[in-house]
Amino acid sequence: MRGKTRPGDRIFLGLSRGAGISLLVIMAAIAGFLAYRAGIAISKDDANFLTESEWNPAGNPPVFGIAVLAFGTIVSSVIAMIIAVPVAIGIALFISHYAPRKLAAPLAYVVDLLAAVPSIIYGLWGALFLVPYLDGLNSWLDEYLGWTYIFEKTGEGVARNLFTVGILLAIMILPIITNVTREVFLQVPKMHEEAALALGATRWEVIRMSVLPFGRSGIISASMLGLGRALGETMAVAVVLSPSFIISGHLLDPGGGTFAQNIAAKFNEADGFGRDALIASGLVLFVITLLVNGAARAIIARRKEYSGANA
Amino acid sequence: MSQTLQDKRPVAAVRTGSLSHARMPRWAPAAIAVGSIAAGCGIGSAAGWHSRVQWGIIAALIFVLATYVITTKVENSRQAKDRVATSLVWVCFVLAVVPLLSLAWVTVKEGMEVVDGYFLGHSMNGVLDVQPGGGIYHALLGTVEQVLIAAVIAAPIGLLTAIYLVEYGRGKLAKAVTFFVDVMTGIPSIVAGLFILATWNLMLGFGPSGFAGGLALAILMMPVVVRSTEEMLKLVPNELREASLALGVPKWRTILKVVLPTAIGGITTGVMLAVARVTGETAPVLLLVFGTRLINPNPFEGAQSSLPLYVYEQYAVGTDASIARAWGAALVLIAFVMILNLVARGIARWKAPKTGK
Repeated sequence: MRGKTRPGDRIFLGLSRGAGISLLVIMAAIAGFLAYRAGIAISKDDANFLTESEWNPAGNPPVFGIAVLAFGTIVSSVIAMIIAVPVAIGIALFISHYAPRKLAAPLAYVVDLLAAVPSIIYGLWGALFLVPYLDGLNSWLDEYLGWTYIFEKTGEGVARNLFTVGILLAIMILPIITNVTREVFLQVPKMHEEAALALGATRWEVIRMSVLPFGRSGIISASMLGLGRALGETMAVAVVLSPSFIISGHLLDPGGGTFAQNIAAKFNEADGFGRDALIASGLVLFVITLLVNGAARAIIARRKEYSGANA
Repeated sequence: MSQTLQDKRPVAAVRTGSLSHARMPRWAPAAIAVGSIAAGCGIGSAAGWHSRVQWGIIAALIFVLATYVITTKVENSRQAKDRVATSLVWVCFVLAVVPLLSLAWVTVKEGMEVVDGYFLGHSMNGVLDVQPGGGIYHALLGTVEQVLIAAVIAAPIGLLTAIYLVEYGRGKLAKAVTFFVDVMTGIPSIVAGLFILATWNLMLGFGPSGFAGGLALAILMMPVVVRSTEEMLKLVPNELREASLALGVPKWRTILKVVLPTAIGGITTGVMLAVARVTGETAPVLLLVFGTRLINPNPFEGAQSSLPLYVYEQYAVGTDASIARAWGAALVLIAFVMILNLVARGIARWKAPKTGK
């Protein structure tokens, strides 16, 4: 029965499939072109690109590496995750299980608003408002938790450090983690919760026994999506951090840097080769975020099938 | 029957204890909260800390501890855990709202001092960094042009991709596209900027321009448009498609005349939300548009400015006047984004596809 397809159908299918393929081409092109320019830069690098902690592509011979940037990116993102994940789970639970019914929708909207604020404004607010406020907290941490090494302040200086950056990043990635976990919490079969309630469980016991186990993979992938955001955040970090090319475990000392922040800060003063070097560091960032996001999406996709069979 | 029942009056059971355990009164959590806030403020001011953050932390700790101890005494430890969990969840929510309120308050307060008709209608041409005055007209113009370019490129591609995924997509290609669209939403904006820099500027040899910025913003917009359009197309009831196809309408006309009009509200919303998202992107603009103090209405030639970039530049200058200008531009930017958001959501509600009944 399949006669000849109409020309209009063929054209339209071709167009829409072409659009889909173009997205794949763009992704491949991003990887390809960044790798090509990065190759130019790394081949002339006089030091080990991965372990060198200096950034001087204009030198003779050029010496640059990503050790400091990788350290700063990972440390600030880890701080952000430590703060944001529990809080985001709390907010998601609040919206899905604790808030009065009528308030739930507006509250979800408020969280969306947090996501809509441009990152440069977070940066401005962080640098001019949050940093002075955190000075007090920093000296308090230094005084009472200084023995932990990471909270020891070795010098004077305002709170333009990796710790502050981590807090700011935590605020910025809250909405995405909250939204994804909330969706998963709402998918928890009502029967599980009602069964637990019928057995006399308190609300917390319901959450611990039926909601959290069901939502575990959702929480993990949501956290990884948040991690992806935190790793790639540029402007807020560039505005708040006072960068330096030193690896220091003292989180409260100003200094350090991240991949994205370094690109934004060094771009204007970089010559042609310097830009290639920055592209090389951007490639590393691209690969890391690709892996993190890919893993997160793979986990979500797997559980989509599972919950679909469950419904 | 009723008589026999009434004959024997049952002996009232002697209750030795209440069946339910003791409960705390409804006002107890509020009372504990007030008490611990007072204690937090007291300890804070007694120790002479200036940071209100510390006061808040102390108060929160006291609240959680007091709730646990008191509830364990009055009720039992299971209830105590429940109450502590409830208060922790509330604390989490407050923790999220406080920065939002603070940010909104500071931006509006600082911004209102600068924003007026002059600020909106003039560029920075001839204004010294230390001088007050000047404006954001050139940045506003640049932002609007760059975002429009991005939307013109990204919306059709995104729309067609979503149509492909929903209406045609089966097999490996569709799976790959779905996966990479998801991954693409996570691309850091600065990487998109670097990509356009490596191709458009370094390989093809073009200078910085608004168009280059628009290209990078388009890359960031595409996956958002695909995702939201896909969701909307999936909401269109299959009966509509089947009815149209049964009348002998070709599939492409069914999509154009039946499916898209049904979902048009949601699609518009998705595109506008994507526009709102890229409006605030600074990093690619910083790399590709470069920034200028002059009005450059031509996005294809020469450096432009943009609102987020303007905020960054004025902040980086660091004089009192320039920081005031940064707040002003931040207020305009946030208002711009929020209005887009609200209008988009309004359209979604107004044009929502009628389902059921």
